[in-house]
Amino acid sequence: MIESASHSGLLHDAIPAIIASAGGTASIPAAVPPQEFAWAGLILALPAISALLCGACAAFGVRTKLPGAITAVALLAAFATTLSLFLKMPQDAARVVLLFDWVSFSWVGDSPLSDAATPPWKSFLAPFSLYIDSLTLLWMLFVTGLGSLIAIYATEYMEGDTGKGYSRFFGSVSIFLFAMGSLVMGGNLILLYLGWEGVGLASYLLIGYHYSKPSAVAAAKKAFIMNRIGDLGLALAVFLIWVNYGTVEYSKLFEAISAGIAPAQAGSWSASLIPYCLMLGAFGKSAQFPLYVWLPDAMEGPTPVSALIHAATMVTAGVYLIARTFPLFALDPNALTVVAIVGCGTAFLAATIGMAQYDIKRVMAYSTVSQLGYMFLGLGVGTTFGAVYHVFTHAFFKALLFLCCGAIMHGMAGQLDLRKMSGLRNVKGFGVISWTFLVGCLCLAGFPFTAGFFSKDSIIAQAFASGNPTFTVLGWIALFTAFLTAYYTFRVWFRVCGGPTKFEPGDEIHGHDDHGHGHGHGHDDDGHGHGHGAHGWHPHGPRLAINGVLLVICVGALLAAVPSYLGELQHRQNWVESMVAGSSAAGGIPAHDHGGHAGHSHHALSFTGIEDVHKATSVVASAAGIIGILVALYFHLLNRGAADRLRAALLSNGLTRRIPLVMENKWYVDEIYHAVFRFPAWVLGHVLHFIDKQLIDSFLVNGAARIPLELGRLFQPLYNGALQGYAATMAGGIALIAAWVLWIWLQGS
Amino acid sequence: MNQIQPLMLAATESQTINAALLVSALLFAVGLVGFLSRRNMIIMFLCTELMFQAAALAMIAFGKVHHDISGQVFVIFILTVAAAEAALALGLVVLLYRRRETLDSEAWSELRETA
Repeated sequence: MIESASHSGLLHDAIPAIIASAGGTASIPAAVPPQEFAWAGLILALPAISALLCGACAAFGVRTKLPGAITAVALLAAFATTLSLFLKMPQDAARVVLLFDWVSFSWVGDSPLSDAATPPWKSFLAPFSLYIDSLTLLWMLFVTGLGSLIAIYATEYMEGDTGKGYSRFFGSVSIFLFAMGSLVMGGNLILLYLGWEGVGLASYLLIGYHYSKPSAVAAAKKAFIMNRIGDLGLALAVFLIWVNYGTVEYSKLFEAISAGIAPAQAGSWSASLIPYCLMLGAFGKSAQFPLYVWLPDAMEGPTPVSALIHAATMVTAGVYLIARTFPLFALDPNALTVVAIVGCGTAFLAATIGMAQYDIKRVMAYSTVSQLGYMFLGLGVGTTFGAVYHVFTHAFFKALLFLCCGAIMHGMAGQLDLRKMSGLRNVKGFGVISWTFLVGCLCLAGFPFTAGFFSKDSIIAQAFASGNPTFTVLGWIALFTAFLTAYYTFRVWFRVCGGPTKFEPGDEIHGHDDHGHGHGHGHDDDGHGHGHGAHGWHPHGPRLAINGVLLVICVGALLAAVPSYLGELQHRQNWVESMVAGSSAAGGIPAHDHGGHAGHSHHALSFTGIEDVHKATSVVASAAGIIGILVALYFHLLNRGAADRLRAALLSNGLTRRIPLVMENKWYVDEIYHAVFRFPAWVLGHVLHFIDKQLIDSFLVNGAARIPLELGRLFQPLYNGALQGYAATMAGGIALIAAWVLWIWLQGS
Repeated sequence: MNQIQPLMLAATESQTINAALLVSALLFAVGLVGFLSRRNMIIMFLCTELMFQAAALAMIAFGKVHHDISGQVFVIFILTVAAAEAALALGLVVLLYRRRETLDSEAWSELRETA
């Protein structure tokens, strides 16, 4: 913002003042359309080319790591392009870069639907253009950056599949990056929708990567179908936006909104439903309450996929959607309240489930759902900055946590059960994993002065600062959830990395023995836990690609806190906040953000004696996080038996026995969906199948075919093969005709 | 001599024509009954010849009624065709006999329905 002053002079007349004018739609920057940044299209083209090359590798049966190298290079180049775009493009206003004309319909005269409700628009335009503002750049920086790092990690992680699924895996990853790019950078809602469906496709392909495994196939179908429900909402939202504003291009849409142009059908359902339909789309893609159940199952995919798609990038598309279309949400405060309630509810629900899972990837999956809930809470309570900052920090530390889980799984022959691993920090080769894992856990738990601490607190503080009683309640729930988060995060770390060294391998031993010994660990490893695994099995630590990526992302997770340090120490605007403030989400940044402000002395956290609500929240949330870590320390490191005894005690009491059962069984949500949706659909399907078989097939189709059949049966005896029979029939026929002619003749005479 | 109307014939001529048509009808009936009742293929072939000749006789009779020579021309053609057809048909009968060693038409019933 400040650095780009020299550029903003050129464009000043086109751009209204955009910094933080509290909630007003007038602060949305107008789009300026120069064409000099057309090379930004490379960010989309590089992954697309890489996807085609990976497809060619699959077609020609390449048996080397070539597809992985192609993808990693293409994604790194895309990241470099994004970075240079970020450095060269002044971020004072949105730029629309037109690449080529794409969807372009226009018509003259009346619409064929001569209905009073038909909108007056005479065109439907969706050019293939990029809408680049600071929000786009922020998103693309971490999408392409983490995408290339995770692709490098996957070149080693997926090496067991070289020549088999290797090309398919990297082809799908490239498709994902292309689709995510068009989702984030697309200049209109149609391109966003293209990307939205594209990332759904890539997600489906990658969850079902192990397609011979029934659970993976089921998880892929579940993810795809649950996402269809959300996508329907998004599609309806796009239709309604066109009906009401006559355009699906962001620049024109935001211009219309900031100029105060009312929707064509203002006051009617079609205008007021827009934010709710957008919300449904966001909840589907970002795994929020009614539609979240697909995300934990999506962990069937290879771990790099879980890290990239199902933790860091794709699932934040819902947050991006709401931040991008925030001007539409700003028109309807009730919609934002719904977003906040759903987000907070999901955060709490998923955290309670995560506490009781034993599969470490599942704990992380529920944690992702929970953290996404925080982001929606942030959007709902009116701090797009907090939400986007949490997306940014979460992308790093959750990718790190997943990659650590994946590295453990890779080294321990598929073992993911936290009861069967302990003290991995002392196992040779697992040192980097254990300590980077700890950094990720600290960030996720919101330990003071880590990235997660700043981003989470900015959300919770805004819930209290808004003064709205509903939001205050949500703030308390979010604080309690922060405690739960710290507990379940460190439950995993203390169990897996802390304590005495003891482990059992998973059930994928076969694939690891043959290449295990070449990687620098011999039979005299100091790993223990013999007696359970197959004879001769040893855990093998990761090599350069995995360890290097873990360290880089770990540093990234730590550096994600730097904007806040600079913000606090130098009283400059937080870098992420300035990025958000320069975008269409600017309307969602609270005007008061820094330093002690008067007027907040009577907030919900006044009991701490701290006047500034942000500082008070930081203190209380840190306390919640540290208490959570200490509880986990007691139950899962110092006195592991106590956790089992507590569970047994809860189970033995009739009143409390439901608590662990409900949590371990994921609140029975899958079972409820089964009873409410799947089972009736199954019954309906069978009823319709029966009707189809019996009424349509048997009665109508085969019944009609039986008429000529039965008629034929009637005359069949005539054809007995005897020549005299045929002759008699012929003679009889001639006699009949003759008699008929005679009768006619007699009538006539 | 007045122009004679086609159907107003002299009594004797009319009786001759009636007799010829009667013979034609009888010949046809005999041929048909023989065709339907006998199984020997040569007899059946002879019966078809009888029906042929009945038709030829009727042609001549109607030619007389209409004072038209075409009836007799037709008969010449019918005789020619019948001669050619007789050669073919007897050849077929000989072939069929060689296949089954019998002249019974019941031996050939492949075209029957199997119901």
